[in-house]
Amino acid sequence: MSPIERKFTLQVPSSTENLALIREFVTTVGRQSQLEEDEISNLELAVDEACANVIEHAYGHDITKEVVVRAKFDDESLQISVIDEGRGFDPNKTPQDSVEQLIHDRKSGGLGIRLIKKLMDEVSYEIVPGQKNELHMTKKIRK
Amino acid sequence: MANPFAIQTSVEDGLSIVALEGFVDAHTAPQFEDAIQKAVDAGSVRIVVNCEKLNYISSAGLGVFMSFIEEVRDRGGDIKICGLTPKVKHTFEILGFQDIFEMLDDQQTALQRFKAD
Repeated sequence: MSPIERKFTLQVPSSTENLALIREFVTTVGRQSQLEEDEISNLELAVDEACANVIEHAYGHDITKEVVVRAKFDDESLQISVIDEGRGFDPNKTPQDSVEQLIHDRKSGGLGIRLIKKLMDEVSYEIVPGQKNELHMTKKIRK
Repeated sequence: MANPFAIQTSVEDGLSIVALEGFVDAHTAPQFEDAIQKAVDAGSVRIVVNCEKLNYISSAGLGVFMSFIEEVRDRGGDIKICGLTPKVKHTFEILGFQDIFEMLDDQQTALQRFKAD
């Protein structure tokens, strides 16, 4: 028998004010999926980073737009997808300067994608700029 | 929605102390940035950021440390971080901040480090 998959969706206006709500949603789903608390903290941060990128960069703080966070899990893994219809960009093509270089250049951005990749087990993208961009992030559930 | 954030600034022995409380994310980081900017504008480049009551920080908050550190050091100062809880410290360490910033156990130790510099 295949494992039961559970699905949850949160849809919020594109405002940084809603990052707290997104983190609570992710934490609640993470606990239901039986992830360890430190893994839930990592998940919370990764999804916060992904949504902040959408709110600030894909939508340029346009509160009339919406950010969709979709979660699904079974016995083996939890996948969170962050979906937007804004300006898509290929995270693999963003410069990955060292933190020291960013400091030297007096830049404070460019950390979000780096954190997401370090915090999650798998990260993938489906990008159709202006139509639909999806960032999929997966955590394996260790028993 | 629970997103408590508070920031307190003070001056002790000529050092600026910025105490963070709650959650620093893309929504609240601008307040943190303003506090550091005000200290720097006032000529205070020896800054302690007290994180004893900080529950959470995302890259927006880490970016504030990054964007000021070089200017502050160029002017003979530093930003020292103290009182990190293990969870928050983990976030700093993922990006290697421990190699760039001095992290101390508590505010008193951070103040003493400045005096020793």
